[in-house]
Amino acid sequence: MADSSDSRLEAVAAARWRIAVSLTVAMMVVYFGFILLVAFNKPLLGTLVANGLSLGMLLGALVIVAAWALTWIYVRWANAHYDAAIRGLLAPGKVEGR
Amino acid sequence: MTTALGEPNAIAIASFLIFIALSLGITVWAARRTRSTDHFYAAGRSVTAFQNGLALAGDYMSAASFLGIAGLVALSGFDGLIYSVGFLVGWPIVMFLIAEPLRNLGRYTFADVVAFRLRQTPIRIAASIGALAVISFYLIAQMVGAGNLIRLLFGLPYEIAVVIVGVVMLAYVLFGGMIATTWVQIVKAVLLLGGATLLAVLVLARFGFNPLALFAQASAMYGAGVLAPGRLVTDPLDAVSLGLALMLGTAGLPHILMRFYTVPDAKTARTSVGYATAFIGFFYLLTFILGFGAMVIIGREAITSFDAGGNMAAPLLAEGVGGTPLLGFIAAVAFATILAVVAGLTLSGAATLSHDLWVNVVRGAHADEREQLAVARVATVLLALLSIALGVAFKGQNVAYMVGLAFAIAASANFPALVLSIFWRRLTTAGAQASMLAGTFSTLVLIALSPTIQIDILRNEAAWFPLRNPGIVTIPLAFIVAVAVSLLQPAEADEQFVHFERRLHLGAE
Repeated sequence: MADSSDSRLEAVAAARWRIAVSLTVAMMVVYFGFILLVAFNKPLLGTLVANGLSLGMLLGALVIVAAWALTWIYVRWANAHYDAAIRGLLAPGKVEGR
Repeated sequence: MTTALGEPNAIAIASFLIFIALSLGITVWAARRTRSTDHFYAAGRSVTAFQNGLALAGDYMSAASFLGIAGLVALSGFDGLIYSVGFLVGWPIVMFLIAEPLRNLGRYTFADVVAFRLRQTPIRIAASIGALAVISFYLIAQMVGAGNLIRLLFGLPYEIAVVIVGVVMLAYVLFGGMIATTWVQIVKAVLLLGGATLLAVLVLARFGFNPLALFAQASAMYGAGVLAPGRLVTDPLDAVSLGLALMLGTAGLPHILMRFYTVPDAKTARTSVGYATAFIGFFYLLTFILGFGAMVIIGREAITSFDAGGNMAAPLLAEGVGGTPLLGFIAAVAFATILAVVAGLTLSGAATLSHDLWVNVVRGAHADEREQLAVARVATVLLALLSIALGVAFKGQNVAYMVGLAFAIAASANFPALVLSIFWRRLTTAGAQASMLAGTFSTLVLIALSPTIQIDILRNEAAWFPLRNPGIVTIPLAFIVAVAVSLLQPAEADEQFVHFERRLHLGAE
């Protein structure tokens, strides 16, 4: 019983670690992609995509949107899968949510 | 142009007095509920996700970002936006790596988590050095900002303004603890988000509610360069280094991390970061509008004539679109913002001094509630005096730079040890301790050798270290030191790791 609980916990821990690392890497790629463009390709970011809107400003706003989106993906995943797995691991009879 | 800025303004003073009265009322209410250390440090762990989201946003959206970034955008256009973006991207990292484990493993400070399965004394001492270094630099930035701001907004002398901030903040923290500090943050966050939204709506109303028409007008007046990267980022390495510090530093700020202990459980902590990320992202998107709005409606010359750094762009814009009443309101909001952030910093510093150093190091975890609360309050008074002294001593320093340094220390001293303690089984006491000390001291030394100190302040010919922000060197260094020192030693606390991992995911039962 204890062994199966431990191995299930290992599986939950590994799944959470995979999600956390993937989303962290995604956020870093998006943000440092933007910073490196600012540092190395200024003319490209100055290109106008519409009157009054440069590519750089559009990408800057999109980095903020990407941060929202990745955060939302994590909350969705955790609410749907992680919480259920944790509830399954808590001993029966325990009040859920604490 | 003529302006009421810098003169005693009836609406500013009235708004400010209403805020002070309201926040002291909250403090009196909170003081009656503050009976234990759980109340004093963690607001009884009864804050909801939405409330904590607002309080986190309140702690994070300092006057430096409201006034500083709006001014930066107004004066340099696109370059200011680099900061707007950089200050948000740390929040998803807090969510993915830190928030839930922190809530499940700790009680009051982030050192609780690092020390959980390692030896208490060396970890607590090293973590306290890092935490206090971050808090000191952040306090300098806020107090210096407060002194300048209040002098410009209300015409009060710098030193008097610093003392007022110190004394009012002391009242919140000393009597109301985390309950009062949290509610002051919530009120301030609502005022700041509301005020910035109102300003943005009034600006956009002049451009048919089309932001692109505003940006096009800015580029017509000041050239297409305002929409493109310019002079601010000249050295790519420096840009990446600052970016790293901003991104990873957020997850190492003691006063932010402490907020996760005020909610009942890890799921609430998670949801609260979601709200905080939404509010903070929205706020930084608004700075696009406010900065370009000030550039077009007020004009760069008028803004720099009040403050060369552009810090008065947002208050001037408020006067430009809403007259003296709106100027008064925005000035009071800016003051409230500083008070609230300083209170949050002081409380986290008091937790470090009393919970980490006094209770766990000096008293070996044998101190009753009464003694813990008394020590926490003494620490609060000491920190308030320190913050007033720092504010006076560092008069005239560049505020945004000090905030950048606080983030660099947080990212190098606190973040690597915290993340490795949560996710890396093989971390040893000596590894974590060496990492925190190497992170703190390498950052301080490289800052002292940087062009900002050597060339700009000491007026030397050249600097020993080429980068203004040391993050790209010190953050990897702290990780490497932790891993190398840990691997050179026998594994430690392996049998405790199963218990640690259960607690990390399942919480305290």
